[in-house]
Amino acid sequence: MEPKTLFDKVWDAHVVEKIDGGPSVLYIDKHLIHEVTSPQAFAGLEARGLKVFRPEKTVATPDHNIPTVNQHLKIEDDLSRNQVETLTANCKKNDITLYGLNHPKNGIVHVVGPELGHTQPGMTMVCGDSHTSTHGAFGAVAFGIGTSEVEMVLATQCILQPKPKKMRITINGELQKGVTAKDLTLYVIAQLGTGGATGYFVEYAGSAVRNLTMEGRMTVCNMSIEMGARGGMIAPDETTFEYVKGREFAPKGEDWDKVLAKWKELKTDEGAVFDKEYTFKAEDIEPMLTYGTNPGMGTGISGNIPTAEEVEVSELPTFKKSLEYMGFGLGDKLLGKKVDYVFVGSCTNGRIEDLRMLASLVKGKRKADSVTAWIVPGSKQVEKQAQEEGLVEILEEAGFELRQPGCSACLAMNDDKVPAGKYSVSTSNRNFEGRQGPGSRTLLASPLTAAAAAVTGVITDPRELF
Amino acid sequence: MPIDKFTVLESSYVPLPIENVDTDQIIPARFLKATSREGFGENLFRDWRFNPDGSANEDFVLNDSKYSGQILVAGKNFGSGSSREHAAWAVHDYGFKVVVSSFFADIFRNNALNNGVLPVVVSPEFLSKVFAAVEADNNQKLVVDLEEQSISLNGEKEEFEINPYKKNCLLNGFDDIDYLLDKKENIEEFEK
Repeated sequence: MEPKTLFDKVWDAHVVEKIDGGPSVLYIDKHLIHEVTSPQAFAGLEARGLKVFRPEKTVATPDHNIPTVNQHLKIEDDLSRNQVETLTANCKKNDITLYGLNHPKNGIVHVVGPELGHTQPGMTMVCGDSHTSTHGAFGAVAFGIGTSEVEMVLATQCILQPKPKKMRITINGELQKGVTAKDLTLYVIAQLGTGGATGYFVEYAGSAVRNLTMEGRMTVCNMSIEMGARGGMIAPDETTFEYVKGREFAPKGEDWDKVLAKWKELKTDEGAVFDKEYTFKAEDIEPMLTYGTNPGMGTGISGNIPTAEEVEVSELPTFKKSLEYMGFGLGDKLLGKKVDYVFVGSCTNGRIEDLRMLASLVKGKRKADSVTAWIVPGSKQVEKQAQEEGLVEILEEAGFELRQPGCSACLAMNDDKVPAGKYSVSTSNRNFEGRQGPGSRTLLASPLTAAAAAVTGVITDPRELF
Repeated sequence: MPIDKFTVLESSYVPLPIENVDTDQIIPARFLKATSREGFGENLFRDWRFNPDGSANEDFVLNDSKYSGQILVAGKNFGSGSSREHAAWAVHDYGFKVVVSSFFADIFRNNALNNGVLPVVVSPEFLSKVFAAVEADNNQKLVVDLEEQSISLNGEKEEFEINPYKKNCLLNGFDDIDYLLDKKENIEEFEK
């Protein structure tokens, strides 16, 4: 038998049929929906007089457009409230499981899926959100789709999709102390550029990836889209099985033994060929920070923004426009630059380990008065765990408070907006112009680097504060 | 949603020679609160097109009466970022039927095709010529022929790729859901 990649194994097992010279009809095992990208899909379905084909394979949670304070009160903004209520009505009408606002299982769709065991190795998963790539951490083929495609899945549990090319990114060696999964992924994206993996599905491999926890792996796969990749995945191993076992929707008893045997086959065969391969050394990675307006514009924290000579001539106009927006100059040093806001949260870094990292660094210190900090857990469960572990107490003693779960300032659809011209060190995934509010300036970083900025008020190497 | 049929389009065009135009620029998140597909064109490129006080930014190309047409020409890596189909809806609703670039982000490309907006990938050299030509003459036209898979500028022609399935959909105004609904039996068979 011809050796296959992990991606091929999962994809090929879900192809209902392949259209000659066109896309494949791909069967979807798990469909996640939220309030922003689903209403038009349900409306389309209704206009065609259709019901949801397999409602038990779709799970819903509002997250993008909800407040992160006073969630028990009526949502003030009419349009936002309407979106959340529309999701509720659509789920009710179509028998779809909904973790609505204030439900103990509510949270960011990509945090909720894994923590409840909906996400499992070998699955195909889609959601009307580009960070669906997160679930690839379990060895699932998971990717973001548009609303027309959400409608396709609701109508037929399938989508039409051309098969992407395959890329493997291997990171060998060991990450240094203070260097996290977020730094690893920001490093890789800085090497490949914001469109460097467009057209590809990525498999991450190598000892540095293997040694990551499941939550670290989710951070890495989550950011795959930021270099253009449709998704990223990591072969499941003992770390994965250990994480999934016992979760609410994970198979139990005999079923568990059966799936486990199958899941153990989910790895790239020796000799399988990728369309493109990259190899990096973990030791080359230091805490990372972005300085521009796409996630590929990043550097090690001790580094400088590139000088004019270091940027390709054809790209210089766009590069300069980006720096002008950020209020930075060519060749600037990042350390010591002033920070106004710190955001810890999002589907990238809003899990319990991220809050633990934050707490470990701020413990016994004080938040700088000049910094506004928004700490937003990824889900109700994360919020609960943070309370139980005493993290909330540590954070409060250091002058931080925990908000309620949601996507929050990652995309600033709700009121959590960074004001124009202000600098935000953010653990989220995008630093696009205006992403965190019109005119806001975002520097992407790990929870440790965000914590260091929060206590000093300036860009600081977190390793100096241990 | 049935999509518009597309065959041949001859039109003047709007140049946006910026690279990595992401979905948050095409339509910022705060304008994604609607539950219908209509009206997103109003906020296309919102934060570039309008000043914070809501007045038009005269420096932005969409506010420059010199340029018009049903074709948008943008720098490489157009549509990177979010999967929000609202970006494709905004482009379509504003009146663009074609977007030309040397490189598109995957999800935006799919979303555009699903809404009858044709993404045309050209070589970086051709793209430079297209930008230069409209600078010299803002009434310059492009001809996009889907059947022939070609784009022409002053008689200079370049071929573009599109998969035969999607080409057929656009030529006939078919959408993917109709196709999938026809396959229900095969899908049910697959589930066993």
